[in-house]
Order: sequence, then structure tokens, then C-alpha cells
Amino acid sequence: MNDLTHTAAGSQPYVDAGRFCAGHAACGGCAEALSMRVILNEIGDDAVGVVAPSCTAIILGGHPTNSARIPFVHGLIETAAAMGTGVRRGLNAQGREDTLVVCFAGDGGTYDIGLQALSSAAERDEDILYICFDNEGYMNTGGQKSSSTPLDAATGSTPLGKLTPKKNLVEIMAAHRVPYIATASPSDLPDLAAKVRRARDMRGFRMLIVLIPCLPGWGVADDSAVRVARMAVESGVFPLLEVTGGLEWKLARPSRTRPVADYLAAQKRYRHLDADGRAALQAAVDAGRARLEALERINPAG
Amino acid sequence: MNAPLRNDGLRLLNGNHAVAWGVRLAAPDVAPVYPITPQTPILEQLIAFQAEGAFPCDMITPESEHSAMAAAVAASATGARVFTATSSQGLLLMHELLHYAAGARLPIVMFNVNRTPAAPWGFWPDQTDSLAQRDTGWVQLYSESPQESLDSVVQAFRIAEAAELPVMVNHDAFYVSHALEPVDVPDAGFVAEFLPRRTRALRLDPALGRSVGAPAGQAAWHQARREMEAAMARVESLTEAAGQAWGAATGRPYGALECYRCDGAEMVFVTMGSMAGTARVAVDALRAAGHKVGLVRVRLLRPLPAAALREALAGRQSALVLDRNHSPGLGGILHQELAAALYGHADMPRLHGFLAGVGGTNVPVERLVALAGETRDTTPAQHPIWLE
Repeated sequence: MNDLTHTAAGSQPYVDAGRFCAGHAACGGCAEALSMRVILNEIGDDAVGVVAPSCTAIILGGHPTNSARIPFVHGLIETAAAMGTGVRRGLNAQGREDTLVVCFAGDGGTYDIGLQALSSAAERDEDILYICFDNEGYMNTGGQKSSSTPLDAATGSTPLGKLTPKKNLVEIMAAHRVPYIATASPSDLPDLAAKVRRARDMRGFRMLIVLIPCLPGWGVADDSAVRVARMAVESGVFPLLEVTGGLEWKLARPSRTRPVADYLAAQKRYRHLDADGRAALQAAVDAGRARLEALERINPAG
Repeated sequence: MNAPLRNDGLRLLNGNHAVAWGVRLAAPDVAPVYPITPQTPILEQLIAFQAEGAFPCDMITPESEHSAMAAAVAASATGARVFTATSSQGLLLMHELLHYAAGARLPIVMFNVNRTPAAPWGFWPDQTDSLAQRDTGWVQLYSESPQESLDSVVQAFRIAEAAELPVMVNHDAFYVSHALEPVDVPDAGFVAEFLPRRTRALRLDPALGRSVGAPAGQAAWHQARREMEAAMARVESLTEAAGQAWGAATGRPYGALECYRCDGAEMVFVTMGSMAGTARVAVDALRAAGHKVGLVRVRLLRPLPAAALREALAGRQSALVLDRNHSPGLGGILHQELAAALYGHADMPRLHGFLAGVGGTNVPVERLVALAGETRDTTPAQHPIWLE
């Protein structure tokens, strides 16, 4: 309850602009609904949405309802970026260059099947805001692995743990030299809101990847999605960062204020890991952080 | 009595460049296009028109035909006029989106150059690519010549926007797409009158707030299909009306079917696309030899003008269907469509099906003339006949 009505600091009450409606179809306690509320409120009223088949599409609801005030086109799973392109160009042709086009897709629609169209839209620097709700697997179909599923995480299709690491989408997108890429977490809503505002006010291809711990998919208690997301950030497993122009890196600090083991213990995906496995993941997170800090040193944000 | 025809003069154009001229006149707002042989000259000519300032259209060059059609769908959903073009593998890659475009009732116009699908690889005229899309809910027109391709692509926008259904116009690879002929380019002012701009009630607009394609319950999904069917039922008359209005202004009328020298014909060829040109010459030769033979060319394949076909074929002794396409295990697709349309009706001709020129192989006039003699008094075969 606190997380819905207060900022992470617990001081300022959240003023809801009401652009995400009551009666949405998210699971109780889902941090994606919380994130959608903040994102839609920041985006404003002059926007058209594109949504790929995903939890977001479910949360928005079926015809004739819509949990968002803005209209959505419900696209096909690999088409979010291509349909965002089409909406953008169609609106432009009617003199609506200032109407924001925002795409929502899950990690399956982004890291996997939609990557080709996403890369193409990024390469063309399409004037769209692309938001990936990353719950690290096909959670809407019951919890199978995607290329965003992390090393060792158990899913319906990796019951003994995934054998390969999570795809590094931030670096892939940075290599496209797009204007803006950021990661965000429902555990820091002011930061999420600020990044949405920053992205909203830029032009060209902008991308936000928001970590969404999936309650049933990760084995997280109904009241713990935000807590687990916070642990992901605090342990350094999911670093909050911004990349501007594909080159200028800015990492949030402090980092790794708690061990990775805390994050692993807060969910069921890593129950099979022993101490060696947990230590290996800690080492991988440390190495990843070192690489990010090196990138930041070489290409600091201006 | 006769108003002056509204043509802007003859140009020597191949089929694909004729399409580009038609699209230029139709003035779409957005055109996402991905190159593929033998469609590419359409794309290149449109880009050239755009570069010279004669085609103020927002052209998108995505990474695949799938994304081209996805962008076309989304742009059309905003209310924009949208065109795209493809061929063969590209059309097959779009297949998922074709269903979506029709289901969302988006009046996209697409030009498809009929080409063999792999494997084995081939670049030859064959209509299997588009005929494999006939259940997607797209209106399908088949063109015989560069002139008709120009005329049809403009008419397609009128049909699409009136029916709120996507329209696919097809012509055969190389035999039409790359064949040069003098083409009458209509007057731009006439085309603007022919295609008035209209605002669609259902479009993506924050001021309206209406979404497109949201998951629907069984009853709503069912209702949407029934509405599509009702829209399809209007397409034949819309096609006839567009073709007549076109004819009044340009001197080149069109319909759902074309009957060539069918008066008193006891035997008719039935075909689509460039094969009709060959059949036309064969009909002339047979008529010159005193045989009562005609040609029925199917221009509108979806929706199938079944009643008009029955009327065109009633009382004939035989119909020879020439299919430049192949449904393995079934035979020629037009043959099957006709068999279904004629079944159970009185006074229908014997229906002979031929796989003619599958893979783009040449079917000479003499072969069709001989075929008329060979089939005069025969019973139709139970299996598809490959025309050598």
C-alpha cells in the first residue's frame, strides 16, 4: 500500500493524474501496473500507444475497455517498433508530429521476436518512445525462458536453470547510437518518472527498460514485487543507468549495497543454486559493474 | 455528347513503372516498402518520383516485408492513405499481418508481383503466392497488362476506402512487370476527383480515444467477421462501379470479369493475369477458323463473383480453366474456385482444369488452339492435367 501512494522515500504522496484507470486486469500486487500508472501519467494526453501481446496488453483490457486514457493499437508480438513507426508516420502525414508515439512490449517481444524490427526502428531513429517491461521470460504464457532470462534462473523451459546469461540489450541498443536508453525500476518511482519525462521531451528513438519481478513467474509473494525489484537494483543485478546518444553512460550510485544472495533468496527462480552457484553470480555481477564503470569512464555523460 | 477523355498522354512504361505512375496519382500519405525482385522497379520509381518532388509521400524502408506491412497497418490505423508493394517471399512473410489488416478493416492498397515461391528458388510468373493469401480477407484483383495495372491500382484505393477492406492488385512477374507497352496516364485532376479524401470514423486519435485490435470476446469476434463478410459482399458492385466510372473518364472500362468474344461461344477459356493475353490470341485464331470459342478473364478473385461467373458460363458446352498456380494435391486454384461456384447449378459447362505454365513455363498460342480441339468432346479428367 505504501508503494502505491508514496514515493520510495516515503515522504511525498503521489499525485495521480488519472491516466491509468481503475479496473485494470493486472494480477494483484503486480509492479507492472504500478509502473504503467507512473508512465502513462507522465506521458500525458496527446499520445497514441502501441502494445505488443504481453502482460501490458492484458492489463490494458479487452474490447471495448481500455485501462489507459490514450488509444492503443494492439499489434502483433514482433511488431511493436514497426507499428510504432507506422503510427508515427501516419500521424506526421496528418500534421500531428507533436503527438507522442509510445510502444509497450515485454521482453519476449523485445529481446526475442521483436528484436529485428526494434533494431530497424532504432537504426532509422524513429521518433518513438519504446518501453520494455522486462520480467525476464514469457510470463504471460505461464513462465518460459526468453533471451532476457538470466543465467541460472529456473523457468518452465529451463527447469534446472538457464545455461546462458541474459542478453545485454542495453549495449545492443547503445550500439545503434540512439538518442536515449535508460533502465528503471518500480522500486524508485521518482527516478522512473524523471526518466519518462526526459524521454518524452526528446525526439528520435528513445527506450526504457523497466524491470518487473513477476509474482507467479519468479515465485515472489503478492506484496513483495517492489521489494524484490529494489533488491535487484541494490545488489547490482539490475543496474539503473542512462545512455545518451549511444555513447555517454551514466550509472546510478551507490551500487551493490547488498549481496546478490539477498536478491536470489527473495524469489524461487534460484532455489536450486548452492553456495558456489551464488558466488559465481556475485562474481558475474561484479564483473558486469566493472565493465559498466569502464564504459562510463571512457564515455562520461556530458 | 461524349466528354473529352481525361488522359494525360501515352508513355512507354513497363508494368511496374505503370504501377508507380498509378500510385503517384493516387497520392498515398505513407508507403512502407521493402525491395524484392521483381517488385523493385515499383519501389525505385516511387523513390525517384519522391526525389523529384512529384510524390510527397512518407516512404519508409524497414528491415523486412513483415515490418513493412506492420508499419502499413499502423499508419492506416491513424487514418492515413497507405500503399505498399511486394512479391512472392515478401508476401508470404507478410501473411500474419494480412489477416490483421483485413480484420482491422484497414483500406491499405498493396501491389503484388506474382512470382514463384521457394523451394526451389525461382523468379518466374506464378500466382501461387497471392492465391495462398485468398483466405486473409484481402480483396484480390489480377491485371493482364501494364495499362490495366496502372488503372487498377488507382481503382483499388477507391474500392478499399469504400469497403474499408485492404485490396491487393496482382500482375505476373516479368510477363507484365517488366514488359514495356504504351500506357495512357490519366489526368491527375481526374484521379483526385476519383479518389476523394475522407476521414475515417475509426482511427487512432487521442481526441477520440478509440483503440484498434483489442482482444474481443467470442460474440464481438464473431460480429466482426460477419461485418467483414457484409463488406466483402459490397466489393463486386464497388469494383464494377469504379471500373465504369474509370471507363467513362478514360475510355477504359473495367469489371469483375471480362468476357472476350463470348457471344455464341460454345467453349470458353477461363483464366487470370497475363495468360489471358495468350488465350485472347488463341480465341481470335479459333474464331477465324470458324470455332465458337471465347474467353472469360477473372479480374476480381476475392470476393469471387460467383453469380457473374455462372451467368457468363451458363449454356456453354465446356470451360477450359488455365491455372498458372498450383495447390499440391488439389490442382489449379481457379479451377477449384470455379468448380465450387458452379456446383449444383443447372446449365453449367463441362469444366476442364489445366495447370498451364506453372513455374512460368511458356504456353504458346498454338498449344491453346490445339487444346480446344483435344477437349471438344471429352469428359473432364478427375485429376489435374499438366499442360506441356
